[in-house]
Amino acid sequence: MNKGLSPIVKNVAAVALVPITVFGLYVIAHGHLTPGGGFPGGAIIATMTALLLISFGTSWVKAIGKERLSMAESLGLVGFVGLAIMGIGKSFFNNFLVGQGLFFGNAVAFGPNPGWLGTAGLIPLMNMAVGLEVFAAISLIAITMFTAEVSK
Amino acid sequence: MSNLVFVAAAMLITVGLYAAMTRRNLIKIVMAVSVVGSGVNLFLVGTGYRENSIAPIFTNAPSLAMVMPTPQALTLTSIVINLAIVAMMLSFAMKIYQHYGTLDSRERRLKK
Amino acid sequence: MNLLAHAPALAIAIPLLAAFAMPIASRVCKRLPKALSVAALAFTELLVLSLAAQAFSGKTITYALGAVSPDNVAAAGFPVRIILEIDALSALFAIASATIALLAIIYSIKFVKDGSKFFAAALLMVAGMLGMVFTGDIFSLFVFIELLTISSAALIAFYSGRGQPYEAAFKYLVVSSIAALMILLSAGLFYGQYNLLNLAALAGVLKFTFLDKIALVLLTAALAMKCGAIPLHMWVSDAYGEAPASVSAMLVVASQASLYALFRISFILFGKAPLIETIAWALIVFGVLSMFVGVSMAIMQKDIKRLMAYHAVSQTGYMLLGAGVCLAVINNPAALTAFGIKAIEGSLFHVINHTLYKSLLFLTAGAVIYRLGTRNLNEMGGLAKKMPWTAAFFVIGALAIAGLPPFNGFASKFLLYESVFLFSPILSAIAMLVSIMTLASFVKVFYAVFLGNEVKTNVKEVPLIVLAPMALIAIAIILFGLFPEIVLEAIVKPAAGALLNQTAYTGSVL
Repeated sequence: MNKGLSPIVKNVAAVALVPITVFGLYVIAHGHLTPGGGFPGGAIIATMTALLLISFGTSWVKAIGKERLSMAESLGLVGFVGLAIMGIGKSFFNNFLVGQGLFFGNAVAFGPNPGWLGTAGLIPLMNMAVGLEVFAAISLIAITMFTAEVSK
Repeated sequence: MSNLVFVAAAMLITVGLYAAMTRRNLIKIVMAVSVVGSGVNLFLVGTGYRENSIAPIFTNAPSLAMVMPTPQALTLTSIVINLAIVAMMLSFAMKIYQHYGTLDSRERRLKK
Repeated sequence: MNLLAHAPALAIAIPLLAAFAMPIASRVCKRLPKALSVAALAFTELLVLSLAAQAFSGKTITYALGAVSPDNVAAAGFPVRIILEIDALSALFAIASATIALLAIIYSIKFVKDGSKFFAAALLMVAGMLGMVFTGDIFSLFVFIELLTISSAALIAFYSGRGQPYEAAFKYLVVSSIAALMILLSAGLFYGQYNLLNLAALAGVLKFTFLDKIALVLLTAALAMKCGAIPLHMWVSDAYGEAPASVSAMLVVASQASLYALFRISFILFGKAPLIETIAWALIVFGVLSMFVGVSMAIMQKDIKRLMAYHAVSQTGYMLLGAGVCLAVINNPAALTAFGIKAIEGSLFHVINHTLYKSLLFLTAGAVIYRLGTRNLNEMGGLAKKMPWTAAFFVIGALAIAGLPPFNGFASKFLLYESVFLFSPILSAIAMLVSIMTLASFVKVFYAVFLGNEVKTNVKEVPLIVLAPMALIAIAIILFGLFPEIVLEAIVKPAAGALLNQTAYTGSVL
C-alpha cells in the first residue's frame, strides 16, 4: 500500500482541496452562462482525487469505496438520460422547463450582466448530472490505474 | 496568415499518423493517436474562427460578432471522446504489460 | 403521449438508459442485470420493428431532437437540430443490429458470470449501432462510431486471463479511433465550407470542390477500414477471433453498420459527384480483394474463430462489390435498370443473409469452444454425435455461407453473380470461385470439428438457452432461403429504392 508523500505535501494538498472543489462546483453551476459545464467541472473536481492519491497514498480509497463511486457515476448518467426522456411530452431532449417561470425557467439576459443562475431550463440540471458522472468516472479511472499491480 | 492554423493542424495530423504507423512502443502509439486528435480539434476550432469577434458568451456580449460556437461544441465533444479513448488504450497497455512484461509491439504479436 | 411517435429516439435511449442503470441493478439483485438487458433489448427490438414497418412502406421518418414537436425538423428553413432520419435502408440495418444483438445477449446469459459490466457494454454497443444507422448528421455519426468503438473494445477484451484479447482490443482501438478521427476531420471540412452537418441538407448543396474530394476519400477509407475490407482488414481477424463468441456475432453487425454509413455517404452524398466512378472502382477493388484474400487466408487457419473472421472479411467483399457495381453505373440510367439496381439489391440482401449465417456460425463456434475448451481445429473431432443440434446449425450456416440452395446465401449471391456478370464477367467468375473456396473451407471445418475421432468423451450438448438463439437464426436462414422473393419485395427493394432515391432522403428534411 502506498503511504503517500511527506507531511508538507499532505498539508499543502489538504489546503488546496477546498479551492479546487469550490472552483469545480462553480464551473458546473455556471455551465450555462460561462465557458465550462458538467464535463470540465467534473474533471476539475476529479483532479482532487488525483492529488489525494499522490499526496496521501491509497489508504483512504477503501473508506470511499469503488462501489460507491460506480453508483454515483451510474446515478449521474441515469439522471441525464432520464431528464432527456422527461421531455418526451414534446420530443426527446426537449427543454420543457424553459419559459415556465418555475426554477431555472427564465430566459438568459443579453448584454453585459452578472449572469443569473436560474436560467436555461434543463441545461443546468443536465450539467449537474454530467458533473457528477465525470467526477466519479475520472476518479475511478485514476484510482484503478494508481492501485493496479503493473509489475509482472 | 489566416491559413496558419490549418497548416498547423495538418502538420499535427501528419506527425500523429506517421508516429502511429512507425512507433513500436504502445505508449507512444497512444500519444500518436492523441496528437492526431489534437490536430483534428485544432482544425475544427480553426474553421469557426472569425477575426475581431468575441468568444460566444452571452452574458458579456457587447456585440453580436461572435466566433462560431458550433465547432467549439464539436471540439468539446471530441475532446471528451478522446479522453475516453486514451484512458482505455492506456489501460489496455497496462494489461498488456502485466501479461507480457514489455510494451514493445514487436516482442509479442498475435500470430498472423 | 404517443410512444410510437418517439420510437426513433427511444430506440437509442432505452439501451443507453439500461446500460447506465446496470451498476444500480446489480446492487439491487444479482440476476437483475441479465433480466434488465434482455427486457431492454426486447423493447428496443419492438420499437425498431414498428419503425421498420413504417419505413418499408415507403415513408421516411424524421425526428428532431429537442424540438417543440418531433416533426418540427426545419423550423428556420434549414435543419438546426440533431435530426434522426430513418428510411427503408436504415430500417434494414437497424433490424439486423437489434435482432442479432438480442439473440447474442440471450446466448451469452449462460456464459457471463458477473454480468453487469458485460451487459452494460453490450447495451452501449447496441445504442451505438442503432445511433449510427438512425442519425441524420455526420457529427452524430462520429459520436456513435466512437461509442460503438469504446464499447466493443471493452467487450473484445472482456475475458481476461490471457494477454491476446488485450492486444486485439488495443489494435482495434487504435485503428478505429484513427478512422473515427478522419470522419470528424471530414465533418470539419464540410462544416467549414457549407456551415452544415446534416447529411440530407449537405447532399443538396454539395459543390464537389477539392476539399469535398478529400473528405470523400477520408470517409471512404475510414469506413472501409471499419467494415474490415482488405487491405484495411488487419484488426478484423484479431478482434473477431479473440472476442467471446456472442461479441463476435455482435461485431459482425457492427461492421455492417459501418457499411451502412459507407453506402449512405457514397450514394446519397456523392451519388452525383463527377468522380464517383473512381470511388466505385475503389469499392470494387476493395470488394474483390476482400473476397479473394479473405477466403485464401481463411483456408489456412487452424483457429476456428480466426477462420470464421477471415470468412467475414471475404463475405463483406461481396457487399462492396455489389455496391461498387451499382455506384459505377449510377449516372447511367440504362445500365442502372439493366443490372445496377439488381447489384445493389443483391448487396443489401447479402447484408441480411450475412448477418444471419455469420452470427450463427460464430455462435456455434462459441458452443463448441465452450464444451471443448480449445479453439484449435486439430484438437477437435467427433462432435456430431455428442452435440447433434450444434452440428445441424453449423451445417445450415456453412451451406448458407457457401451459397448453396435452398439456403439464404444462395439467393443473394445469385443476384450478385447475375448482375455483376453483365457489368464484368471476370468479376462474376471471381465471386463464384470465392464461393467454391468458401465451401471447401467449411467442409474442412465440418470434418475437423464434427466428424473423425472423438477427442473428448464426456462432451454434452450445450444448454437450451444457448441453443434457442441459434435455432431461431437457423430457422430464419431456411425461411429466407425458401422464400427469397418475399424478403426481396418486402425489405430489400424498398431499401435499394431508398438508397438510389436521393431526393426522397433530402426532401424529408428540407
